[in-house]
Amino acid sequence: MKNSRREFLKLAAVSAMGIGAARLGFLGDAPAHAAGLPTVGNYEEGLKAKHWGMAVYSAKFTPERIAACRKACHDEHNVPDIAGPKEIKWFWGASYEESFPTEHGHYLSEEVEHRQFPLLCNQCETPMCVKVCPTQATFQRPDGIVMMDFHRCIGCRYCMAGCPFGARSFNFQDPRPFIKDFNPHFPTRMRGVVEKCNFCAERLAVGKLPKCVEAAEGALVFGDLSDEQSDIRKVLREHFAIRRKPDAGTSPSVYYIL
Amino acid sequence: MLEKALKGSPRYWGTLTALGMVMLLGLGFWLYQLTFGMKITGLNRDVSWGFYIAQFTYLVGVAASAVMLVLPYYFHHYKEFSKMIILGEFLAIAAVVMCLGFIVVDIGQPQRMLNVLLNPTPHSVLFWDMVVLNGYLFLNIIVGWTSLQYFKNDMTPPKWVKILAIVSVIWAFSIHTVTAFLYAGLPGRHYFLTAIMAARFLASAFCSGPAILLLLVLFLRRLTGFDPGQKAINRLAVIITYAMCVNIFFFLLEVFTSFYSNMPGHMAPLIYLFNGIDGHTMMVPFMWTAVVLGLGCLLFLIPTPVRQKTPALVTGLIMLVIASWIDKGLGLLIGGFTPNPFEEVTVYSPTIPEIMISLMIFSLGGIVLTVLWKIAIEVRVEVEGGNLSMVPPPAAE
Ligand code: SF4
Ligand code: SF4
Repeated sequence: MKNSRREFLKLAAVSAMGIGAARLGFLGDAPAHAAGLPTVGNYEEGLKAKHWGMAVYSAKFTPERIAACRKACHDEHNVPDIAGPKEIKWFWGASYEESFPTEHGHYLSEEVEHRQFPLLCNQCETPMCVKVCPTQATFQRPDGIVMMDFHRCIGCRYCMAGCPFGARSFNFQDPRPFIKDFNPHFPTRMRGVVEKCNFCAERLAVGKLPKCVEAAEGALVFGDLSDEQSDIRKVLREHFAIRRKPDAGTSPSVYYIL
Repeated sequence: MLEKALKGSPRYWGTLTALGMVMLLGLGFWLYQLTFGMKITGLNRDVSWGFYIAQFTYLVGVAASAVMLVLPYYFHHYKEFSKMIILGEFLAIAAVVMCLGFIVVDIGQPQRMLNVLLNPTPHSVLFWDMVVLNGYLFLNIIVGWTSLQYFKNDMTPPKWVKILAIVSVIWAFSIHTVTAFLYAGLPGRHYFLTAIMAARFLASAFCSGPAILLLLVLFLRRLTGFDPGQKAINRLAVIITYAMCVNIFFFLLEVFTSFYSNMPGHMAPLIYLFNGIDGHTMMVPFMWTAVVLGLGCLLFLIPTPVRQKTPALVTGLIMLVIASWIDKGLGLLIGGFTPNPFEEVTVYSPTIPEIMISLMIFSLGGIVLTVLWKIAIEVRVEVEGGNLSMVPPPAAE
C-alpha cells in the first residue's frame, strides 16, 4: 500500500511537471525552467543500481571544489542559506579530525591534516535514522538510498539523535526566505521537518548523475557498489579507502580514498 | 466525585488561578513558538534535543513514584500505605500528562502527531514509548479513580481493580525501560550508549519520584489536616534512601567504565560535564552542585534518627530532588549530545521562551495534581471525618 502510494505520487509529480509546467506558466518561474523539465521519456532512462555508493578522491578536494559542490547541491535542492548552529547542510567540508574523529591520528601527514573532506549523508546500509524514525518519514529504498518524506515527518528529531554522522538538519524556521536561487524542479521544505542529502534520487530517476558528482569534475565517483564491473568498484579495488565511523555499525556507502 | 473539584476554599482557588496564569503566560510563548518555529529555542543542529525532552525524561521518573507505594501495598500487603497510595497514583497521572505535554511542545510539526499512530513503526522505540506512556496514564486513571469511588461508598474495590493495579506496577517498569531505550540504543552517542541506562533510569526514578511525592505529602500535611501516617512516611523515606544509594552507585559504575577503559568517546561527555572542553564550562557548576547535593543528602537520609526528624528529612529530600533533576533534567541530555558527532562542542542552553513553555507544562501538571488531590482528600474527609480548614492541625510536627 505504502509503496503504491509513493509510486502514485511520483507519477503524479511527473505528469504535473510535464503537463502542468507548460500550461500553468503564469504561476511564476515556470517558463524559464520549463525547457529543462523531464518528460515521461526521461523517466524511462532512469539510472538503476542494486546499491548506490560513492567514492571520494579526497586528495582532489580543495576548499574551492568543496564550495563548488556544495553550491551545486544546495542550489539544486533549495537548501536555505542559514548561518550559525541552526544551519542546514546537505554537503559540506570538514577537517580530518572532524570527519574521522574515531581515528585520533597523532602524527598526521601535514597535507592530510590541512585537507578539507567533503561530507554528506553516508546513505548507510543499515541506517540508524531509518530504524528510529517513528513515522517512516525516513525510509530506505531497495537501491540503498535513504530518503525523507517531508510530508510525513513530525519533527521529533529522533533521527538526528540516531545518526552518528551529524548528517541531518532540522528546519528550525521557515527555510523559504533563505533560499537564494529557487529551483522549481525540487520542492522547498516547511518549518519543523528534518532534511538531508538524498543522493539526488530525483536526478537518478531521469538518468542524471548527482549534482555534486557533476560539479566535482572526477573527484567523486558514483555507482553501483554491488556490481563488480562498475566504475566505483574498480576505483575501490585500486585505492585504499576508508569509511567514516565504521564502528557505529551503520555501514556507510560513501568511501574516502586518502 | 468530580463536583468536589468545584467547591473549595479561597486558597484552593487561589492556587488554581495562580497556576492558570502561569499557564496562560506560557501559552503565549508556545503560540510564539508555533508561529516562528523551534528557532526560538536554544536547540541546534548538534544538540537537537534539549530542555523539553530532558523534563520529559525526568517526569517519567516522577510518574514512577506510585510504584514504590503500589508495589508494597499490593504485593506485600503493606497496609500503612493505604492513605498515600491514591496520592501516588494521582501524582503519576499529573506526571504523565506533563510528559505528554513536553513531547507535544518538542515536536516541530505537532499537528502531524497522529502520524505515529497512523504509521505504527515497531522498530522505533518512540512508537513504543508512546504506547506505554498512554497505557500507564489510563491504568492510573482507572485504578485511582475506581478505588477512590469504592472507598467513598465504603466498599472494597472489585478484584479487577487489584489486577489492574498489579499490571500498573509492571507497566511502570516498562515506561522507564522503554524511555531509557529511547537513548540507550544510539550508536553515535556514548553517554547514552550504555547497557545500564534502563537500570539507572529505574534507580533515579525510584528515588526522585517518591521524594517529590513525599515532599508534596508533607506540605499537604502542613496545609490541611491530612496525615498519611508517620509510619508510612518513614517507610517511604527508607525506600527513597536506598534508591538514591543505588542511583549513585550506578553512576559511579559509568565513571569507572569510562575512565578505566580510557575510551575517548566514553570519557568525553563526562569530561565535558564535569570539567568542560575547549573552555566550554557551562555545565560544570551544575554538575558539581549535583555531586555535592547528591552525596550531601545522604547525610540527612541514611542515619535513622536524623531521617525521622521532619526538618532534616525535608532538607535531605530537597537536596536529592535538585541533584537528581540536574543529573537527568540537564546533564543526561546535554552530555549525550556533547561533544557532537564531529567531537566538537556546540553549546546549548535553554532560552527564555523555552523555559516559559516548560513552565506552562509544569503549571498544567500542577493544576491536574491540585484538582485530583483535592478530590482524593475531600473523599477521605467525607468518609473518615476530620477537617479541611486549611489550618495546620495542632498535632502536626
Ligand atoms: S549518514 Fe546518518 S542520516 Fe545518512 S543514512 Fe547514515 S545514519 Fe542516516
Ligand atoms: S524528525 Fe521526522 S524523519 Fe526524523 S525521526 Fe522524527 S519523524 Fe522521522
